[in-house]
Amino acid sequence: MIAQETLTPEEMAEIDHEIALVPMRRAAAIEALKIVQHHRGWISDDSLQAIAGYLEISPEELDSVATFYNLVFRRPVGRNVILLCDSISCYVMGYEKIYGQIRDRLGISFGQTTSDGRFTLLPNACLGTCDHAPALMINNELFRDLTEENLDEILDRYH
Amino acid sequence: METPLTQHISFDRPCYNLRDYEKNGGYQAFRKALSLSPESITNTVQASDLKGRGGAGFNTGMKWSFVPMNGHYPVKYLIANADEMEPGTFKDRMLMEGNPHQLIEGMIISAFAIQANISYIFLRWAYKKAGRLLTHAIGEAYAAGYLGKNILGTGYNLEMYLHTGVGRYICGEETALLNALEGKRATPRAKPPFPQVSGLFGKPTIVNNVETLCNIPHIINNGPDWFKSLGKGNDAGTKIYGVSGRVKRPGLWELPMGVSMRELIEDCAGGMANGYRFRGALPGGASTDFLVEEHLDINLDYKSVAAAGSRLGTGTMIILDDHTCPVGFVHNLEHFFAQESCGWCTPCREGLPWTEKILLSIERGEGRPEDLQLLETHTRLLGPGNTFCALAPGAMEPLQSALKYFREDFEKHIDQKKCPWR
Repeated sequence: MIAQETLTPEEMAEIDHEIALVPMRRAAAIEALKIVQHHRGWISDDSLQAIAGYLEISPEELDSVATFYNLVFRRPVGRNVILLCDSISCYVMGYEKIYGQIRDRLGISFGQTTSDGRFTLLPNACLGTCDHAPALMINNELFRDLTEENLDEILDRYH
Repeated sequence: METPLTQHISFDRPCYNLRDYEKNGGYQAFRKALSLSPESITNTVQASDLKGRGGAGFNTGMKWSFVPMNGHYPVKYLIANADEMEPGTFKDRMLMEGNPHQLIEGMIISAFAIQANISYIFLRWAYKKAGRLLTHAIGEAYAAGYLGKNILGTGYNLEMYLHTGVGRYICGEETALLNALEGKRATPRAKPPFPQVSGLFGKPTIVNNVETLCNIPHIINNGPDWFKSLGKGNDAGTKIYGVSGRVKRPGLWELPMGVSMRELIEDCAGGMANGYRFRGALPGGASTDFLVEEHLDINLDYKSVAAAGSRLGTGTMIILDDHTCPVGFVHNLEHFFAQESCGWCTPCREGLPWTEKILLSIERGEGRPEDLQLLETHTRLLGPGNTFCALAPGAMEPLQSALKYFREDFEKHIDQKKCPWR
């Protein structure tokens, strides 16, 4: 199969930087996936083929890596990705209420994206901020001590 | 009471930059280490009885002593395991956000002790602030000549890279972490060969937890006897203990190793929140057995917690209160472990989802009396010796102890055909 997309010069330069740090091209696979996802939002089949070609490994092998990790997105995501912690301390402190409120407010369950592409909602394993549970991340920001009161105000910050 | 690890940590101000860290004694231990032989550093750490703070509790200096030092290995690696993903564990985040140079100094000394020339911090993706602070601190350490070529004129070279993971619990297992660093699926490797001999890219490698590495400068500065004197009972040093759940003041405290569970919950965390009663706790993260009221006076050191039937693990405790359903609690844990199983070996890949489904059906009131027997069978089939790594045996710890201590609650679900808490 011939890749329908190619990597941009910027993506290639960033991947080259990572390749230089490791003994073999393929060892940069995870970094390369991160770089392309950073630029394109997710890893499409075409993107996957382009990266695999650049690293000189098969697309299947790269896909086995891409699908292994929770935060490599093999499907399109919205402009903002909500990662709601569903692990034990957040369970005890009532993350299910927060989840219910997000569902009511945005009309999406875990794994779904709002029809306007504004939010994708995903469950996430323990965010390591258990003394301030429940917690979630939106894009790169961490929000802790969530309540039904402060949640709406947090969601309003993202468009 | 001495608190070496947190003495320079305050979240009321920005964390120390290089100059402030140096003003407060930072990098003095590294300067001292450079005047010692690598072997004598390893011996000092071994004599201090520092045990790995990531959960396994193995003597750190002894781990280092397995690295070949005969000069036939030009490439060796030192890796900080900063992939803190054990549910209920949040101590390494605090150490990295609070004093990134302490970790870097600990890593440089450790790398020097095993004569590694390349080091990595394997940081979990979610720790954005720690990532920013470490990137800045590594840059400062290079500029000051603590990293790079010919460090402080000694001829010793060390590079340090920050690697950010893309999320998977199993990356915390040290051989799975090595596969992740090599750009592969993070499945654990067979041991032997042990990473100390054949690790990252087949080269001798040491992987240590963040808290473990943060102890190193203090041991070099003050000696093994001082370090041993910090502990209360069976174990040396201080420990970052944590409590989360329905207590008055959830948080983290640096305390003498071996403090009692009661002191931690009542004095530090302020006791249970108003209206909530203590039913049990996982003493060291999601993969440890429950301790209950009768254990409140045990000391939180490796031996005492093991004698009580659990593990100290990461030392960060999750409390089960009387408003939380124990079946729902354990179902949440098994959901996590089933999701995070790497799928490499059959008992773990198949057994954990099965366990999760049984627990869900009990929680929904669809459980059958024979399900408890089936769960007990799983705790044996997925137990130590039957799986490729420690993930599934760890997942069985809270389940087997819940079946022991909260059996009535499981039975009530089955008898009443509903969750009594919902």
